[in-house]
Amino acid sequence: MSAKRSSVAAVLAGGAGNPAWVAGRVLQIAGERAAICDETGTLWVELDPPRPDLEPGAWVEARGRWLGTHLQGTLGLLGLPRRPFPAPDGEWRSLRESGRLQRLRARARMLAAVRAFFDDEGFLEVETPTMVPSPGLDPHLDAYRVEGLEGADARWLITSPEYQMKRLLAGGAERIYQTARCFRRGERGPLHEPEFTMVEWYRAFAGVDDVMRDTETLVAHVARATLGGTTIAPAHGASVDVAPPWERLTVRDAFRRYAGVEMDAVLPDEERFFRLLVEAIEPRLGRERPVFLTHWPITMASLARSSPEDPSVCERFEAYVAGVELCNGFGELVDPDEQRLRLERDQRAREAMGKPVYPIDERFVASLEEGIPPSGGNALGFDRLVMLLLGTERVQDVVALPYARL
Amino acid sequence: MADTSDLKKGFKMLIDKQPYQVVESQFVKPGKGQAFFRTKLKNMITGAVIDRTYKSGEKLEKADTEERTMQYLYAEGDSYVFMDTQSYDQLRISAEQLGDNVHYLLDNMEVDVMLFEGRPIGVTPPTFVVLEVTQTDPGFKGDTSGNTTKPATLSTGLVVNVPLFVNVGDKLKIDTRTGQYVERVKG
Repeated sequence: MSAKRSSVAAVLAGGAGNPAWVAGRVLQIAGERAAICDETGTLWVELDPPRPDLEPGAWVEARGRWLGTHLQGTLGLLGLPRRPFPAPDGEWRSLRESGRLQRLRARARMLAAVRAFFDDEGFLEVETPTMVPSPGLDPHLDAYRVEGLEGADARWLITSPEYQMKRLLAGGAERIYQTARCFRRGERGPLHEPEFTMVEWYRAFAGVDDVMRDTETLVAHVARATLGGTTIAPAHGASVDVAPPWERLTVRDAFRRYAGVEMDAVLPDEERFFRLLVEAIEPRLGRERPVFLTHWPITMASLARSSPEDPSVCERFEAYVAGVELCNGFGELVDPDEQRLRLERDQRAREAMGKPVYPIDERFVASLEEGIPPSGGNALGFDRLVMLLLGTERVQDVVALPYARL
Repeated sequence: MADTSDLKKGFKMLIDKQPYQVVESQFVKPGKGQAFFRTKLKNMITGAVIDRTYKSGEKLEKADTEERTMQYLYAEGDSYVFMDTQSYDQLRISAEQLGDNVHYLLDNMEVDVMLFEGRPIGVTPPTFVVLEVTQTDPGFKGDTSGNTTKPATLSTGLVVNVPLFVNVGDKLKIDTRTGQYVERVKG
């Protein structure tokens, strides 16, 4: 008899005649045998004598000998389900039967590969707070306010950790990354969960080109480490080779190429700009190999600095793979006066839109006054990366528990 | 007044005075930009499907539609007469409006009638109906053509492909969503 419990997969691999000790769930009872399933696989166990106390869904432990077709030995009952198994909206269906568990294993390997990449590049992994005094003022991002705080210190959940990470740059950190849980109100769809994981990193004494290179080498590294190659098969569209270098395309050229209009002619009407972007441009980006959309209009600069050679655009980029926006990066704005002007403009825009006006994070602005070296940073949606690498249709397919199942 | 948060599959809305049903709706949002809903909408009268993108928060007009259970009474010329099973009101629907569903109507059958502003725009028959075969060639033994099906004409004029063993007088279960043969029924 085996001295130690092992997985079903190990028993099957061990060959006939070996001692076996497994635990798992009864999937099915057929005559004198029960199918037992654990995380790794399914095998048959002989029921001798018959076991009227068993039913599908029961947790059991079987000890004996693996005979090549079934396990012969004793079967111990560990627990019985209180509702018919498998429950239609139950956890077993959601995790084990749907293949989600396999995808979560792949996701964990991908996260490990992300960490290995940054660790090898000499980055420090940091964890900054999730509850912050200002969630960011982007007029198109809405935050969740935290309830139950004492005193007047209002707090919101981060929509990204950018303010806090940039403060660390002022403090002297030169290469930092984190995998942060971020929260965005009202964003639900195949590419959006209200709570998601962001991989965000910053490089001091570097610019937007360095961070684009980080991005393409990071994604290729994760693909090689977990899929064995750089060709991925997204759910929608043909396969994409994510090996560097990725294409660089300015927003201006993208509007010419895919929408047949001049960006500058569209810009005064911001709604039309975004409508063309989502309808005509985004779906066609990154179809054979990924593309960086660069040189965004200065009015959409967010925390990016203006382009030294053309002040009408900024050092902001987004990467697209198979029509999916994967990240948003900047040559970072480090001028405190310009930053304050933009934050105040965003506050007015939020007010005009009838949205809650979040406060300006004064410690963030103060850190710019204290001084941040020229830096580049990027925020990459990790759930989308996993989705693209695994070829699933929705980000909900690659998370442990989608928002809709809470 | 409805808005884009109502844009879920099945939602019925008015565009240019025509009723549309949402077939597909997807939240799309550039990372630093305006959010939209990208939709596919089906014209409930013509069946045509269109693509529309709505700005998040945009107001929408709900279509005044309702579905009523009605009983099919009889055909009169080119129109078909139905009776509301609750109010006993009678209603005529043209053969053109009924389309392929003409082939599934049996006397006294209950169907769902979709009304738009009080006027009928569509009929949903039961998912399965049983119809009798009025004409089909005998299935040949030793048929070497490789065909495993043959055409059969049913009592309502519908022509379906059936297995070779089906004979005139057999009763067949038909799926009204696909217009296809399901199985032969006894009796």
